[in-house]
Amino acid sequence: MSPKTLYDKIWDAHVAHEAEDGTCLLYIDRHLVHEVTSPQAFEGLRMTGRSVRAPDKTIAVPDHNVPTTLDRLNGIENPESRIQVEALDRNARDFGVHYYPVSDVRQGIVHIVGPEQGWTLPGMTVVCGDSHTATHGAFGALAHGIGTSEVEHVLATQTLIQKKSKNMKVEITGKLAPGVTAKDITLTVIGKTGTAGGTGYVIEYCGEAIRDLSMEGRMTVCNMAIEGGARAGLIAPDEKTFAYCMGRPHAPKGAQWEAALAWWKTLYSDDDAHWDKVVTIRGEDIAPVVTWGTSPEDVLPITASVPAPQDFTGGKVDAAKRALDYMGLTAGTPLAEVPIDAVFIGSCTNGRIEDLRAAAAILKGRKVKEGLRAMIVPGSGLVRAQAEEEGLAEIFQQAGFEWRLAGCSMCLAMNPDQLSPGERCAATSNRNFEGRQGRGGRTHLMSPAMAAAAAVTGRLTDVRELMG
Amino acid sequence: MDKFDKLTGIAAPMPMINIDTDMIIPKQFLKTIKRSGLGVNLFDEMRYDADGNEIPGFVLNKAPYREAEILVAGDNFGCGSSREHAPWAIKDFGIRCVIAPSYADIFYNNCFKNGILPIALPQEQVDILMKDAERGANARITVDLEAQTVSTSDGETFSFDVDPFKKRCLMEGLDDIGLTMEKAASIDAYEAQQATSRPWV
Repeated sequence: MSPKTLYDKIWDAHVAHEAEDGTCLLYIDRHLVHEVTSPQAFEGLRMTGRSVRAPDKTIAVPDHNVPTTLDRLNGIENPESRIQVEALDRNARDFGVHYYPVSDVRQGIVHIVGPEQGWTLPGMTVVCGDSHTATHGAFGALAHGIGTSEVEHVLATQTLIQKKSKNMKVEITGKLAPGVTAKDITLTVIGKTGTAGGTGYVIEYCGEAIRDLSMEGRMTVCNMAIEGGARAGLIAPDEKTFAYCMGRPHAPKGAQWEAALAWWKTLYSDDDAHWDKVVTIRGEDIAPVVTWGTSPEDVLPITASVPAPQDFTGGKVDAAKRALDYMGLTAGTPLAEVPIDAVFIGSCTNGRIEDLRAAAAILKGRKVKEGLRAMIVPGSGLVRAQAEEEGLAEIFQQAGFEWRLAGCSMCLAMNPDQLSPGERCAATSNRNFEGRQGRGGRTHLMSPAMAAAAAVTGRLTDVRELMG
Repeated sequence: MDKFDKLTGIAAPMPMINIDTDMIIPKQFLKTIKRSGLGVNLFDEMRYDADGNEIPGFVLNKAPYREAEILVAGDNFGCGSSREHAPWAIKDFGIRCVIAPSYADIFYNNCFKNGILPIALPQEQVDILMKDAERGANARITVDLEAQTVSTSDGETFSFDVDPFKKRCLMEGLDDIGLTMEKAASIDAYEAQQATSRPWV
């Protein structure tokens, strides 16, 4: 048998039909659904009299629109947001899919809830009408975002019409230096390959620095594969993956667990598998980084200075000019001297317990700089409960952070959590696009520890200055 | 789905790279539960000021381009989120074809589901089409999906690639859910086999 990559193996295990031209029907094991990209799909089913083919493999949770303030059970004030969440309530009930409503403690960001509840398992195909579905690749599951028409297609047929992508290997060798995290890895990769560097590929992340990451860290890395343009990101499952999955509500038990484990252990890329593209980065060379512009590829070590448009070539010259203007930055300014107005810690990229622990380690016994707006939004109700149990919530509140309920929050500002025009934010989310966190808002992406450090000093900060 | 075969129209030039889905349709317009009516908010934050007044310098606010049916743009068009609201907004505005050196994967797929043809051409050819588009109403670009060609107003013609299955769906306006349902037997067989080999799924 010819050697295969992990992607090849998962793909081959899910082809339900292949046409002569290579167009495949790929079977979908888990379909995650949220309120923003699904109403038109359910409406499509109603109009054509179609049903959901596999409601037991379909999991819905509202996350994008939900307020994260403590009074949210009194109802959603914004009428459009309320209608969208109510539509999901109704669609979940009418079509009989698994559902975690706003009132359920397990509610949270769909990409945090899926793994937490054991819906996401190695070797699965996972889709969702959301580009950050790539997150689930951390389990060695083929997971990617789809549009609403494809959501309807999966609801109706439990398959997707697909052509295979190419294989790309991103290897992070060696050890990470202190203060360097999974977020710094994933941003550094995008900084090196560009936001289109992964277009047409599925990326497998490997190497010692990846193996050393926790499952939470691996989810952070895979989450941003889409920001590098890739269809999906993957990490081969190992003992850490199996330990994370074991005992979760929807993970297999008993003999089925043993059978699953036996198959999961075959899910790795063969030594002599073919790669269409290979990128290698030394873990030791990765620094704590921040973004300076309006594309996730605009990444620099915190010790660097704001670049000038003439540092670039081609279309990037104009793009950099526009980005500096939007961000209100002057070329040559040291990044660590850029003052901020707000801090946002949360999102499907960095809203898990490990992220909150990293932030708490910096914030313990310290205060948020006066005049700064700072909020921490746990990725799920269960993350919130755990953080309270571990005493992290108390550290955040004593430092002056707002401690919120679970949701997407200020990552995309579809809810009341938004930046004002010109407001500058240190954010642990995934996109720094113009207007992403609110019209005119300025976003600098970074790790939770870096965002916590920025909250303390009131400027973009090298977290290593605050590490004891 | 609307069919696409041949189109001759005004092309709006947007010589920017990395035009992302948040620019195409900002998040506040994703709260709709319909597919229609988003055209007025296409490129909203570039097109209108904070008070909702048109920004005169923006290309789609200029006389000939209000009628644009084609958009010519820079590399990595449609990067970012999976929101199908982006192609819905483009289509609702009246644009049926986008020409750029490259696209983000999800956006590219979403276009075909909505009767929009995204064409990828080498940068040099996009540059020529961009110049043509800058001539406004004096230049009309012709797109022929059957022949897989794009022609400038001067008759200079470039060929483009498109997946044969996607091409057929677009030309015939096919409902791909209907097409897949014709293969229900294959899906049934797959599920039966999976129930044995991977029962935990």
